Amino acid sequence: MKDNEMKNISPNSTYQEMTPAGNIYGSGTSQMFNTGDWRTATPVWAADICKQCLLCFPVCPDSSIPVSDKKRADFDFDHCKGCGICFKVCPFGAITMKDGE
Amino acid sequence: MSIKERLSGNEAVAIAIKQINPDVMAAFPITPSTEIPQHVSTFIANGEIDTEFIPVESEHSSMSACIGSQAAGARSMTATSSCGLALMFEMLYIAASLRLPITMPVVNRALSGPININADHSDSMGARDAGWIQMYAENAQEAYDNLIQAVRIGEHKDVLLPVMTCQDGFITSHAVENIEILEDEKVKDFVGEYKAEKFLLHKTDNMSMGPYDTSAYYMEHKYQQAVGMENARKAIEDVAADFAAMSGRKYDYIEKYKMDDADFAIVIIGSSAGTAKDAIDELRHEGVKAGLVKIRVYRPFPEQEIADALSGVKVVGIMDKSEGYSNNGGPMGAEVKAALYGNGRNIKAVKFVYGLGGRDVKIESIREVFDNLIEVEKTGNVPAHYQYIGLRR
Repeated sequence: MKDNEMKNISPNSTYQEMTPAGNIYGSGTSQMFNTGDWRTATPVWAADICKQCLLCFPVCPDSSIPVSDKKRADFDFDHCKGCGICFKVCPFGAITMKDGE
Repeated sequence: MSIKERLSGNEAVAIAIKQINPDVMAAFPITPSTEIPQHVSTFIANGEIDTEFIPVESEHSSMSACIGSQAAGARSMTATSSCGLALMFEMLYIAASLRLPITMPVVNRALSGPININADHSDSMGARDAGWIQMYAENAQEAYDNLIQAVRIGEHKDVLLPVMTCQDGFITSHAVENIEILEDEKVKDFVGEYKAEKFLLHKTDNMSMGPYDTSAYYMEHKYQQAVGMENARKAIEDVAADFAAMSGRKYDYIEKYKMDDADFAIVIIGSSAGTAKDAIDELRHEGVKAGLVKIRVYRPFPEQEIADALSGVKVVGIMDKSEGYSNNGGPMGAEVKAALYGNGRNIKAVKFVYGLGGRDVKIESIREVFDNLIEVEKTGNVPAHYQYIGLRR
């Protein structure tokens, strides 16, 4: 089992294709797990209202607010679980929550 | 040349551990296995071995420490008995399912209550389905030899399962017997250096162990474990062959004693096999064709070997040193009977429970069992219920 084969393990894999004991090889592999499909509420980012104060991204438990060049971009919805902490922390009302995915 | 010594079972096992020189020994004292970590910690204090001794606060912790250190890539051992083994129960399953080849001498003691410190198999029999390989010794020599083999069996790349090597409390663990131990170098070469293929403290190959396993994957991982146990069958044979070449002492899943022409046989585990052999010698002298099958490896269960060994007998007595509270005898009785049924052997079988909490097992006790078997043959009536030996009623 090579590390790069980890991502090929799926609910269709046979016992021979799976790692022993469910061991996970490599690091940073949680990116391969799309926790976003659990989401029951979704944050909506209004780029025109956002002041780029960046209070939201450090409180995100799932690192789902990508930041580059000191500016945030839209959410990573593959991993955002819709917890709403960013919505709560935003001082400018630039994040709203809607029901569902 | 091997070295002739006189040692108790606990001393023999402690010397085996000294010769194996594991990376880690994590242990908590419990009668009658206490002497094992006691002697090992003395060897460490005297600078004879460089094993890291972890004095823990409970057996749950000793097994947890072994799991952590073995996962980190270190060969790890502990020892326990009775309630200590019971306190490890949760972690026994973790060790096996994480495929960590920890080795653990178990000194069998009754699992209370009423509280009792003497030998029976209720402790390790309770753990028989935990996914560990289980080996049982008749005497100190076998306890020593089994432990040395256990390291290689569990660590075999196709097996990767923990192994418990059992001996009877006090009867074997504290009685001093003649024994042949191997030279340190021979043991060292035999077990080799432990090199896990994947481990947590690898410098470059990062990994995680023990993740949550959803129902989409769990059965496949449990089957992998079952395959490891299946592969253990060949590993046990191969390691026994190598051990015989080194030591001259041969081991198999079972030991057959005077079984070639036996009409009446008992199936037994542990120290009482020695007493039973003396009883069988007496019976043979009197013209009774008696024989014995001793189970050395209980997990994986040697179903075929037992069925084949018993193929020619008229009546068999299956002897459990633990109650199962099934109302139908102990675990060994059930499994041996299933082995006979599965192999189409229509042999009369009587299940016995004996020797609980250190109740003395004498030659007369074993003769009582054979009297029972002979009576079954005469009358053709197999008792529907299991029988107690040595019970006052």
